[in-house]
Amino acid sequence: MDGTSPPDVDDVVSTKVQKAAAPLYVSRIKVHPKDVKGLYRRIKWAVLALCLAVYYLAPFLRWDRGPTAPDQAILIDLPGRKAYFFMIEIWPQEVYFLTGLLILAAITLFLVTSLFGRLWCGYACPQTVWTDLFMWVERKIEGDRNARIKLDAAPYSAEKIVKRTLKHTAWIGIALATGGAWILYFDDAPTVIRDVFTGNATFTQYFFIGLFAATTYTLAGWAREQVCTYMCPWPRFQGAMLDDQSYVVTYEEWRGEKRGKLAKAAPGVDPWAGRGDCVDCNSCVAVCPTGIDIRDGQQLECIGCGLCIDACDAVMDKVGRPRGLIRFDTLANQACRAKGEPVTHKFIRPRTLIYAGVLAFVGAVMLVALLSRATVELNVLRDRAPLFVTLSSGDIRNAYTIHVLNKTHEPREFALAVSGLQGAVLGVAGSDAAAAPVVTLAAKPDSVATYRVFVTVPAQSVRGKASSPVRFDLKPREGRGAADYDSVFLAPGR
Amino acid sequence: MPTKIEKDEITGTDTTGHEWDGIKELNTPLPKWWLWTFYATIVWSIGYFIVYPAWPTLSGHTKGVLGWTQRIEIAERMEEAKAMRAPFVGRIEKASLDQIRSSPDLLNFAMAGGRSVFAENCVPCHGAGGSGAKGYPNLADDSWVWGGTLDDIHTTITYGIRNANNESRIGQMPRFGADGILKPAQIDDVAEYVLSLSKRSTNADAAKRGETVFSENCVACHQEGGTGSTDLGAPNLAANIWIYGGDKATIMETVRNSRAGSMPAWTGRLDDATIKMLAVYVHALGGGK
Repeated sequence: MDGTSPPDVDDVVSTKVQKAAAPLYVSRIKVHPKDVKGLYRRIKWAVLALCLAVYYLAPFLRWDRGPTAPDQAILIDLPGRKAYFFMIEIWPQEVYFLTGLLILAAITLFLVTSLFGRLWCGYACPQTVWTDLFMWVERKIEGDRNARIKLDAAPYSAEKIVKRTLKHTAWIGIALATGGAWILYFDDAPTVIRDVFTGNATFTQYFFIGLFAATTYTLAGWAREQVCTYMCPWPRFQGAMLDDQSYVVTYEEWRGEKRGKLAKAAPGVDPWAGRGDCVDCNSCVAVCPTGIDIRDGQQLECIGCGLCIDACDAVMDKVGRPRGLIRFDTLANQACRAKGEPVTHKFIRPRTLIYAGVLAFVGAVMLVALLSRATVELNVLRDRAPLFVTLSSGDIRNAYTIHVLNKTHEPREFALAVSGLQGAVLGVAGSDAAAAPVVTLAAKPDSVATYRVFVTVPAQSVRGKASSPVRFDLKPREGRGAADYDSVFLAPGR
Repeated sequence: MPTKIEKDEITGTDTTGHEWDGIKELNTPLPKWWLWTFYATIVWSIGYFIVYPAWPTLSGHTKGVLGWTQRIEIAERMEEAKAMRAPFVGRIEKASLDQIRSSPDLLNFAMAGGRSVFAENCVPCHGAGGSGAKGYPNLADDSWVWGGTLDDIHTTITYGIRNANNESRIGQMPRFGADGILKPAQIDDVAEYVLSLSKRSTNADAAKRGETVFSENCVACHQEGGTGSTDLGAPNLAANIWIYGGDKATIMETVRNSRAGSMPAWTGRLDDATIKMLAVYVHALGGGK
């Protein structure tokens, strides 16, 4: 055994090559990634564990918001029309915070990609994480690459049925847990868990467990790399983020070629003379989760996970050549290395500066918006029928529907007044109190209080003015926060 | 016409035998899953024919074993909605108008119910939001012909005005001109006096003469100073609110030929709870006393 070409990977060819051999349309060629050990595999496991831990445990974190609001740290309360994230609380009309968050995430992705390549795709994307988890289960039950290929090809036997049943049962179990955890973000997590297992959960909850279980099972168990290659838009435009200074998985062609099996050389003769370091063992292809050959160069299907680096390093160690024939490097560095020049990597370049600048700007805008978020808001809707009412005294009255949004966790009282109209008095519908220049409106915690308010103005104040601007001012009786709203006051105009 | 069915070399599939300028068509079979889905829909449709109304017949259609129709379904839904409202409706039937107004959940229910009943039954005359029209009083202002307390409004809605109901509110102004009670000059004078009540008279002498006419003919109902009487349904003439119009010509027309707008009695058309809700709603439009 020369140790250069493990027998089980002899006939490994990338799916691309296999497809090129067939005309027109061919169905998917199943990828059977081989197990691999090494630095990047360990990082990938660690990130996987972290992502799953966050996903499954985050709904159980608590955050005290007082008796009037839920105490779940991360919660999207659809019936209550609120979203909670630790100290941040978002009402539906503030959904632009979500937009900002998505923009932040997108620009962060751009920056990271331009610096380090597709780290997201290779390590943190849910598709990668769950596919990796499903592959691990598959490997535990059906064995490694060769065993799985053999099992696929074998006719149905008791053993095959048992293994397949076991695998799919485990997959469905994980998928159900995935869907089950998803709904925890939408209601009190411990209650939901109890309800789900005692059969007391709502149809909607069971439906979404089923829906996300089905998508998880299909995408991570069956679709796998096809999601990245055909369904996901990100690989399609990532080329616009990458340049020759971005870290990507590279093959050192300059020292790898000309590749070939390592033949036993006569004593005293250098077996490496006149040939490259690549022993063409195809280990890099065998471990690739998307079934490509990295030696073909940069390609859309590469998710940048670096498992081929681990595979190649192990082989290089065995044959006694330097590691890093496949490595995370920039294309510019590789060009320098090929020429034997020192590498000249630039982290700071216009692209990264622009991404970082935009990121800092959007982040600052978000921060300012969050810190200056109003805890009280005022909405005023003018009644349209009747447009105005002439009272027996000749005074003109308009009616307005007032919404007071109290976003704090305490009940509050506010003083409402109007400005811009001479001698205006306010009255609250349903209240027997006499009309006054200032009225008090109470609002319960975390809720919208609705009042119908009559504004009455002496006729001479609006004589000849069919429409007059009026401003509603809302001030809390105590504490911070004020709001105003510009509306109009209509009159006969005579 | 199919000419020659041959086997395609690359795919191993037969051709259809059609050929256009050397281009041949593969007879690729439908995907199995598609075919089975198609068969399944056929099986499903048979079950559907049996269970639901499906086929037209000469005198109607097949009814299906479930006996389901959209009409039955909507009736069930209406029953459900009625059952959901029942507890509130029961409480409203028992409660007094003031109790409804002072209980937040009953008030909420009454306002919502009142709004929809008002839109269905009252808006044609009184306008959206009770804004009124010529001959139909504005319900959002502070002037009431027959009284603006909750009880007054409730009574007016229940029995109506000048209609055939025995309890109907009745009040009739004489036709001072048409029946020859007043001479045209007197009508002119009394109209001028009525204008002076809201400080719009332009002829003090005529108004002075009109005051005498008014005290002899109108005071019994419209009261001293024209303040009106809600007991008699005599509108306040000193206010700035006019059901038919407050210009001199309209006032003279009113004096000459009288006015007798009518409103139906709603008892019998709407149930007691609904009328109560309507009263609470109208009271809250802005003019309730």
